[in-house]
Amino acid sequence: MFEDFSLFPDAASSYASRVDSLYLFLCTMTAVASFGILCAVVFLSVRYRRRADRAAEQLEGSLPLEIFWSAIPAVLFVGIFAWAAKLYLEMYREPADCMEFYVTGKQWMWKIQHPTGQREINTLHIPVGRPVKLTMISEDVIHDFYVPAFRIKRDVVPGLYTSEWFEATKVGTYHLFCAEYCGTKHSEMIGSVIVMEPAEYEAWLGGQPASQDPVEAGRVLFENLRCVTCHDAGKNQRGPDLHGRFGETVGLANGTTVLFDEAYTRTSILEPKHDIAVGFEPVMPTYEGQVTETQIQQLIAYVKSLATDTGEGQQK
Amino acid sequence: MTTTTAPLPLQAEPREDNYVAAGYGLKSWLLTVDHKRIALLYLMSITVFFCLGGLFALLIRLELLTPQGDLFESEIYNRVFTMHGVFMVFFFLIPSIPAVFGNFLLPLMLGARDVAFPKLNLLSWYLFMTGGLLAMIAMMTGGVDTGWTFYTPYSSTYTNSQVLVTAVGVFIAGFASILTGVNFIATIHKMRAPGLTWFRMPLFVWAHYATSLIMVLGTPVVAVTILLVAIERLFHVGIFDPALGGDPILFQHLFWFYSHPAVYIMILPAMGVMSEIVSCFTRKRIFGYKVVALSSLAIAVLGFLVWGHHMFVSGQSIYAGLVFSLLTMLVAVPSAIKVFNWLATLYRGSIKFDTPMLYALAFIGLFTIGGLTGVFLGALALDVHVHDTYFIVAHFHYVMVGGVVTMYLGALHFWWPKMIGRMYPTFLAKVAAALVFIGFNLTFFPQFLLGYLGMPRRYHVYPEEFQVLNVLSTAGASVLGFGFLLPLCYLLWSIKYGKKVESNPWDACGLEWTTTSPPPKHNFHDVPVVEEEAYDYAKREALRV
Repeated sequence: MFEDFSLFPDAASSYASRVDSLYLFLCTMTAVASFGILCAVVFLSVRYRRRADRAAEQLEGSLPLEIFWSAIPAVLFVGIFAWAAKLYLEMYREPADCMEFYVTGKQWMWKIQHPTGQREINTLHIPVGRPVKLTMISEDVIHDFYVPAFRIKRDVVPGLYTSEWFEATKVGTYHLFCAEYCGTKHSEMIGSVIVMEPAEYEAWLGGQPASQDPVEAGRVLFENLRCVTCHDAGKNQRGPDLHGRFGETVGLANGTTVLFDEAYTRTSILEPKHDIAVGFEPVMPTYEGQVTETQIQQLIAYVKSLATDTGEGQQK
Repeated sequence: MTTTTAPLPLQAEPREDNYVAAGYGLKSWLLTVDHKRIALLYLMSITVFFCLGGLFALLIRLELLTPQGDLFESEIYNRVFTMHGVFMVFFFLIPSIPAVFGNFLLPLMLGARDVAFPKLNLLSWYLFMTGGLLAMIAMMTGGVDTGWTFYTPYSSTYTNSQVLVTAVGVFIAGFASILTGVNFIATIHKMRAPGLTWFRMPLFVWAHYATSLIMVLGTPVVAVTILLVAIERLFHVGIFDPALGGDPILFQHLFWFYSHPAVYIMILPAMGVMSEIVSCFTRKRIFGYKVVALSSLAIAVLGFLVWGHHMFVSGQSIYAGLVFSLLTMLVAVPSAIKVFNWLATLYRGSIKFDTPMLYALAFIGLFTIGGLTGVFLGALALDVHVHDTYFIVAHFHYVMVGGVVTMYLGALHFWWPKMIGRMYPTFLAKVAAALVFIGFNLTFFPQFLLGYLGMPRRYHVYPEEFQVLNVLSTAGASVLGFGFLLPLCYLLWSIKYGKKVESNPWDACGLEWTTTSPPPKHNFHDVPVVEEEAYDYAKREALRV
């Protein structure tokens, strides 16, 4: 049981060591404060132990002293807040050039889809040195995708896309844990993240059973579900044309705006009447129950691919 | 009148006038409206719940001795940790100091005959017991496996365990808490003895005033939330389950809106006890009395504004996370102020190390670690890593056990002679205090390391590299268990065999020490008149030296 024993976890992501610095700073602060208080308690207890010949001296208190020792922790804690907040914003705001993976959690497994369509369960192969973004959703209860070596976790919630990103910096195999209690086999909803050299990763991808490209799969769905009938510039157009729209701001009929992102796309498929784009009638039927989470992910991949497609290609 | 007959001393003494001797039948206890007897009813019932919760804790630690799930199935393990949390949080920690010592001491400290609404007080106990019995019925008919936090949609749709019965139990027990809060607020406002102005009140009373405000304002929210879970479960109305059109994160907002302030329902009374014990055993007025008093109120108010720090990784807006994190850092300040003031009280004191003081000194250390590790969790980027790991388990046990239970034991050892009229064996009591301190640290310190290594909480089986620290933790738990069993034994023993004590065995200030031990049925033979500040130890010290 002493094999692999250590007091500190692997640090294998771009911000792992920065979280560790914060942690070690706080550990030092706690150690200094606790040791200081311990010394004070021991010293005062010995120095002022009860004696028959000495009475306690009554001290009323002192406002300057109170202000002094309120200000020290206040300043220190606000400083820690700023340090940690800066890092937090980086953790949850991904850079633009991420490889995008989809993660679906369900009791009690992780389903993962690579940008190129390969699928795996409970393992995630990624190349080292590339930022990776996970867009995550749950099919049932709340889960949490946690990789201790990367110092990252985020809840995986039913009905809501959440995301996290990281850049692995060290080749190796790391624990993947579900960190939000999700029922009977919560502790078995685990897996591994396998970080590989980019060339190895390409080789690994090539060795996987050829699966459909998610954009292509989404395009087929877009036609089969007849989305194309209304969302296409032409005489039958009854909904917004989706070319060049993803990532832009959408004006809504109620006067507000919304970002055209994964969550907006998903909501529009399942609850079309939730956000009506300005200038269109609320005529779209819901696809709730007709598409799986995976199919929604494929549709999103397709709609996303239209962002760089201005629609000219339609003519051919 | 004559000196010729040698009187039999026992028979010649007047009939004992104390609240225990006021009646011995079952009915005299079950229908009592005396706050002191109700306090003892609470003491007996929460001791049972503590033992139950402790038994579940023992089972958890036994299971985690090895990485494999070899003691139970996962289904059972999940029920065990849930029942541990439910009994400890709702049926021990929340009522612990307020319902036992608050009930017993507030009227005594205020110079009153009873609380403002004695019958309501008894009703609180019956509600509490109804809730507790329902939770026990849930336990015996299969238990709950949602964790004490009842997160949706698992609790409202997916689990097939006894969520409804437990939820109704917690719901009803919540009303006991609300009624106790109302009773304390009314008592503190209206029943103070002549001369007892607000800033002459003991800090224990101030702490209970702040606690009562949280009980009254916060508990209804959790009651409604639990009711909504029950409604969704029974009638499939979409509130929290997205499959029905609900929002699972809404549940977390509602739940933590109460359950974070509930932490202060537990710790504020412990801080109140701390002030009483420190001042008595240093023979000093608490340094910065007013600051300590008002910091309780500051904690009660700020405590309502930080619930979102439980949700930094939940999918709540990251900008909400920023606000909640900053406020969390601020709520740590009034607690730090209290620690500094207690330390300053030791300075130039006349310190004696009786058992209650040992618990108080332990509290300073454990609460400091508990509080500062809270700053780790309030720091956003660090929370992302340690959230829902053993780090947070260790942190809240440092506050809940190292803080609250330590001071609960401190209070028990300080006021036991007053409550029972007899002293416990003091040497054994000091041994027990040392066992609790050592056992506690050995149990929970390794869990900080486990958490940073990444071991998630609520895991039935875990990777082998975490075993060493888990074995240490289990070893500590067995020491801690002995530390808790020992007081149970000697305190029970002392009820019959302990040495009788005078009205003020610690030579302490405070109105509760001016009446006999145990106090008479109506607390005071004459209404006390207060002419001094709280903790006026100067006179006593002048007499001693």
